[in-house]
Amino acid sequence: MPVPDVAGSVAPGTAAAAVAGGASPSSRAARGLLGAAVARKDGPAKILGEARYVDDLVLPGMLHGATVRTRAAGGILERIEFGSGIDWDSFVVVTAADVPGINATQMIEQDQPVLAEHRFRHAGEPVLLLAHADRGLLREAVEAVTLHERADPSPVFSIDDALALRGEVVPGNVYRDYLMSRGDLAAGEAAAEVFFEGRFETGAQEHVYIEPQGMIAYVDAAGVLVVEGSLQCPYYVLGTLTAVTGRDAGSVRVVHCTTGGGFGGKEDYPSQLAAHAALLTLKAGGRPVKLVYDRAEDMLATPKRHPSRTLVRIGAGRDGRLCFLDVDFVLDGGAYTTLSPVVLSRGVIHAPGAYACANARVRGRAVATSHPPNGAFRGFGAPQSIFAIEQAMDGLAEALGMSPLELRRMNMLRPGDRSVPGQTIDATTDFDAVLDQALHESGYLEKRDAFAEFNAANAAAGRPLRRGIGLATFHHGAGFTGNGEVVLASEARVRANVDGCVEVVASSSEMGQGSTTTLCQIVASALGLPLERVSQAPVDTHDVPDSGPTVASRTCMVVGLIVEQAARLLRAELIQKAGLPASGADEHAFAAACARYLDGHPRLEAQARYEPPANVQWDETVFEGSPYASYAWAAYVAEVEIDLATCEVALSGFTAVQEVGKVVNPVIAAGQVEGGVVQGIGFALFEKVAWGNTGTMANNRLTNYIIPTTADIPPVQVFFQEQPGGIGPAGAKGLGELPMDGPGPAILSAVNFALGTRISSLPVMPEDVMAALSAHALRVAA
Amino acid sequence: MSAVDPVSGQPPAPWYRPVSLADALSARARWRKDIVAIAGCTDLMVGWNAGARRLPPVLDLSALAELRSIEAGPDSVTIGATASCASIARHPVIAGRLPMLVASARQTGSVAIQNRATLGGNIMNASPAADNPPVLLAYGARLTLASVRGIRTIDYASFHAGYKRTLAEGDELLVSVTVPFPAERVTAYYRKVGTRRAQAISKIAMAALIERDDGAGPAVVRNASFGFASVGPVPLPAPSLSRSLRGLPLSGIDRAQVERALAADLAPLDDIRSTAAYRRSVAVNLVLAAIDAAREAAPRG
Repeated sequence: MPVPDVAGSVAPGTAAAAVAGGASPSSRAARGLLGAAVARKDGPAKILGEARYVDDLVLPGMLHGATVRTRAAGGILERIEFGSGIDWDSFVVVTAADVPGINATQMIEQDQPVLAEHRFRHAGEPVLLLAHADRGLLREAVEAVTLHERADPSPVFSIDDALALRGEVVPGNVYRDYLMSRGDLAAGEAAAEVFFEGRFETGAQEHVYIEPQGMIAYVDAAGVLVVEGSLQCPYYVLGTLTAVTGRDAGSVRVVHCTTGGGFGGKEDYPSQLAAHAALLTLKAGGRPVKLVYDRAEDMLATPKRHPSRTLVRIGAGRDGRLCFLDVDFVLDGGAYTTLSPVVLSRGVIHAPGAYACANARVRGRAVATSHPPNGAFRGFGAPQSIFAIEQAMDGLAEALGMSPLELRRMNMLRPGDRSVPGQTIDATTDFDAVLDQALHESGYLEKRDAFAEFNAANAAAGRPLRRGIGLATFHHGAGFTGNGEVVLASEARVRANVDGCVEVVASSSEMGQGSTTTLCQIVASALGLPLERVSQAPVDTHDVPDSGPTVASRTCMVVGLIVEQAARLLRAELIQKAGLPASGADEHAFAAACARYLDGHPRLEAQARYEPPANVQWDETVFEGSPYASYAWAAYVAEVEIDLATCEVALSGFTAVQEVGKVVNPVIAAGQVEGGVVQGIGFALFEKVAWGNTGTMANNRLTNYIIPTTADIPPVQVFFQEQPGGIGPAGAKGLGELPMDGPGPAILSAVNFALGTRISSLPVMPEDVMAALSAHALRVAA
Repeated sequence: MSAVDPVSGQPPAPWYRPVSLADALSARARWRKDIVAIAGCTDLMVGWNAGARRLPPVLDLSALAELRSIEAGPDSVTIGATASCASIARHPVIAGRLPMLVASARQTGSVAIQNRATLGGNIMNASPAADNPPVLLAYGARLTLASVRGIRTIDYASFHAGYKRTLAEGDELLVSVTVPFPAERVTAYYRKVGTRRAQAISKIAMAALIERDDGAGPAVVRNASFGFASVGPVPLPAPSLSRSLRGLPLSGIDRAQVERALAADLAPLDDIRSTAAYRRSVAVNLVLAAIDAAREAAPRG
């Protein structure tokens, strides 16, 4: 690994500024770059079809790989039978016996084998890998393999069955059991005058990144195992590859290809897939092997959003002030641990919502079932628990005879409040301003009245249309939870070349979210250069340091901060040692300084490491402290129109207002919000995973797993507020996951408003609306 | 040929692309159902891509210009079996006289699919969820089938014999579909329900053609015909419903009556896309919506 010429450990804020010293860059080109809607760096290559995704790569002598998977929902693998009529000698065949190192994906636990050997826990688990130059023969060979399995007699397919131990996937069926307890629950209950209790559920959700998962592996001339592919977290993949192959990090390289979307779905699974491709190429003597899933295999085998079940008990005084909150939150982790513990902790921390409550208890469990493991998905547990608390707030408002708006206004977190986890809300927070703008832009109050009248008139006239409007208020913590960022200690570099061109050297992976552009904007701004002079170096673990995974809304805020500091260090080095003028230097002066510096030094680069702000401290054992360095705040309003003839719910309007600190690129930021809202609309109204009788996805085609089309999405009104409170560059906060939290609760509130129903689970499909209307009619009749 | 089929890795399957209908019929007579007639391929390719099977021998009808024509007469329009959904949707006479057919053609997959998918393929593929059959049933379409033995016509309503089975003989090809123009004083009502507004496979679809008798009293149903998708093993007409509505005043049809008739006509199932209960209930709602539309169109409501 190259040794940086300039290195420093920087903390956000004043310490870094002291290290960097010097006056601010004054180039006209760089002025205002933070906050400018510059065009995406990766845009032209993608528009022109020049970007190369993993399936576009064709290497000499390349083989294609395929996977043979278990069929039963857990059991014992007794024998693998290779059928007749296939020339098996012409195939590369890999089983668990071919794993040279540890046969386990390196996540939080090491319970998930890369290839099942004897005992397996779910259908669709990889057992056998095949490779051949001819894809047609490969398909026939996969069909000619028979796995002789002894199926588990009692697989577990639901959270309730897992908790009731109707079948046991792992002893006790619980991966993690967390408790976050504050104040005195009994005293809170005693003080409360009005109560609400509810049970809320959310379903699995498929990521539907536009590019299915894929990897290509080979051994290069130097004997290095190279794996290139579609992924979010190069160093996670590297960790699994070194463990599985027994090689050291110097003889394994992970390279990020152009990646067509991730949404969390390419956080843990690519480690499995990379290991498979690597095992095949190693067995094939280093010949390149490409392993790319089609949509059906991708949807069958890869993780989904965790289904959830949440019980909420909540109580308030007659004035609406919350007295207590008791939440029992459970996630379906599937058959292996993977990322469930951290998804669970984020879900637990967000379970009290964005409200103040002195007496609160949140218990969170991730349970084992016989489904394929569930994993990371935009929001990471928070959309599930925020859905439950938001619905409970609506239920409590109804019990109080208050409007949902009043109840939220009464209890929302404000500066100086302590959140349930224990964080003091900072002085820059203005949640009221966010809510006010959402009300204003959506016309919430006027529409509530107008829709109620419309519905009454239509009911009286026997007309089938109903309208509804719903509100969700929430916040989302950015970056790794708790001490995660401390443990990560992410690093990134900035490197300048002799011509004055600068590279961002980080493991953050562009996958459509715009991180390359955003990071380049930050570095160009810090160096006083025009954006064209800055690019991101290819993400290759032999070149880039570990900047942490590309997840958790952390790239702009955390990695952006690191590269900004590295850029300042580099600039200070040039000022000090190469005569770069401390102010007023343009890109020519910068290039000249680079050239002078590189005349006497082998390279010009600066590295920085993240250190969290001092006030962020977290006690994992009792879930107490400040779990996130920054929060984004939001108020979303959904409007629906429902046709009782078909019970189809059409979105007729959507307003998303959020406070996200500095908006580094307004077009990219608005794209994140629009995309997240659409994904949330899918989660709420369209996307239902149908489980087959062995616990895998039965509707694993885009013909039967319905995601919304543009025809189903109303114009999404997106508004940003920018308070200076974020820890990222110029006060930026995390943004990517936030918009996933609000649509679910806002839409369901709108549906229940329109129909007078008490639907409490997502997705709410037309069939569910119909069933709820029947139940409602029965209740009304009784 | 020495080329290898890119999908199967095998030598190419027989791919026969005749340039005259006579040659196509000879091929059909020789190989009967061992050769698969293909046109737009928008459904078959999906199935072939999903399986590992080698391509079957195919009879490619795409070179037969005579099967692509759309000809309007005084009382009907005759649509060639390989006319595309796009060409149907933009045909001026169809647009003027058969609006439900424009609507169903425009609801068949995406625009790209509509450019390739053919009306004949949509019928002969015999999916119960196909988009255009309900409309053809409601309009009372007739099919023309040809073989080396000659030509015959058949009522479309009697064509589907069971799940993925039709009354076409092994040596026959569908050559055209004739759709009569509806009478005066009709209300056409078509609705496809697929959860999303585009590129959906129907959970249920219904086409209704309700002809009024605006005599001296309140408007009554002179004739009503229907077509349903995704509520049984084949695209279904609703003969009991049609019979039960005949002669009834449009303002006096109640839900229970429609429910009873449809119980005899439809056979919905629970499947991966929806539930039998939902389909049954929405079928009734759509029929009632069509009757409402007819009543609103009547001069004396």
